[in-house]
Amino acid sequence: MSGDLVDTGLLGPAHLPYLLRLADGSLILAQRLLEWCGHGPVLEQDIAFANIALDLLGQARLLYTHAGAREGRGRDEDAFAYWRDEQAFLNPTLVELPNGDFAQSVVRTYAYVAYQHGLWPALQTSTDPALAAIAAKSHKETSYHVEHLEGWMIRLGDGTAESHTRMQRALDLVWPYTTELFTEDTVTLAVAADGLGPTTAHLAEQWTGATQAVLATATLQAPPPSPFRSTGQQGRHSDHLGYVLLEMQALTRAHPGARW
Amino acid sequence: MVVSTDLRGDRFSDFEPPPRHGRGLRWDGSIGGVWTLLAEISDPEIPVVSLLDLGIIRDVAHTPEGVTVTLTPTYAGCPATEVICADVKAVLAEAGIAHVTVRQQLTPAWTTDWISAKGRVALQDYGIAPPCAVAAERTQTLQFKPACPRCASHQTVCLSAFGATPCKALYRCETCREPFDFFKPL
Repeated sequence: MSGDLVDTGLLGPAHLPYLLRLADGSLILAQRLLEWCGHGPVLEQDIAFANIALDLLGQARLLYTHAGAREGRGRDEDAFAYWRDEQAFLNPTLVELPNGDFAQSVVRTYAYVAYQHGLWPALQTSTDPALAAIAAKSHKETSYHVEHLEGWMIRLGDGTAESHTRMQRALDLVWPYTTELFTEDTVTLAVAADGLGPTTAHLAEQWTGATQAVLATATLQAPPPSPFRSTGQQGRHSDHLGYVLLEMQALTRAHPGARW
Repeated sequence: MVVSTDLRGDRFSDFEPPPRHGRGLRWDGSIGGVWTLLAEISDPEIPVVSLLDLGIIRDVAHTPEGVTVTLTPTYAGCPATEVICADVKAVLAEAGIAHVTVRQQLTPAWTTDWISAKGRVALQDYGIAPPCAVAAERTQTLQFKPACPRCASHQTVCLSAFGATPCKALYRCETCREPFDFFKPL
């Protein structure tokens, strides 16, 4: 029965995993950013990460709600966020990495929001009109995130010897995980073929152009390409995601259906 | 030293929070009447601006059972959206509309350009610098020089690109030295 529903509601077998990759990416990065709440190095930055997290959470909610409607099996946003286990999450490993120090959080968040900044405009011509609408809305907010993070990349990269060292260390650690964002697989190929979303080559071009300019101004060096490929979007995660989900899902699972 | 034991009595005896929405209004059965009711509902975070002035009401239509109100959320993650939907339902039900449906519509995405002239003046009077027009080419999106809502000086600096709500940034006026909120163009 579910097969019939999937065929009518979803545009091909890659549709649901694609929506979940995007939604999970936003949700897990929001969770990571919210860990900074109350711990930011300065008040303004504390507020900034919390605000960016709220926008990401908004993206995730829209995408989950839409995915559930398309899937037609009665799953709502909470079903996706709270009642799936680790292997069912399809976020790229990049967003589940620990925050580390402030430099590492800045580099990781910048890498992902810069990716979104190239993704949203490309999705505005998606054959899924609701996805196009979510992308158009999100793009306006992401523009603020990118500019804010670019500012920190440059200020800290081209800052003191200490801040530069920490940023370069963060870049060496985080950057290899960005390859996954542009790795072709059956989902991305089907998405591009069905007109649901852009090719990974297009996204790579957008992202590389934007980030190279910022890294140059920030006097930072991207590490040389490596054969390493993270696999979060396949549901094979690092050890870190389990702890994020444990904290996020514990209350809901301990008290199913609780309301306040 | 005299210490007031009743701060509430001293300072806040005259203070009554503004009504969140109009009370006692009745629906006249027309679509125009629904718009009039919606104009009485204020934004939960910025009570001086009505939902109409905020520019988030996209459509009002009759249904066989009652009316449907279509609204556009401001920020995707803004918690105020849920409160707004509940307020719309509550006020319209109170005015005698039997069945109210609130629909959210994402396209076209909300823009601060839809805030009415009246809304802009209300923001300014409330101490929030209204948003400037959204530029077609969005370059340097966080770099603005809003006029101080208190003294109108343009000698203002951004203290924090993100503020107390998703829609605002925190600024300071270098002339009168007061901090103020700026409604970010979106």
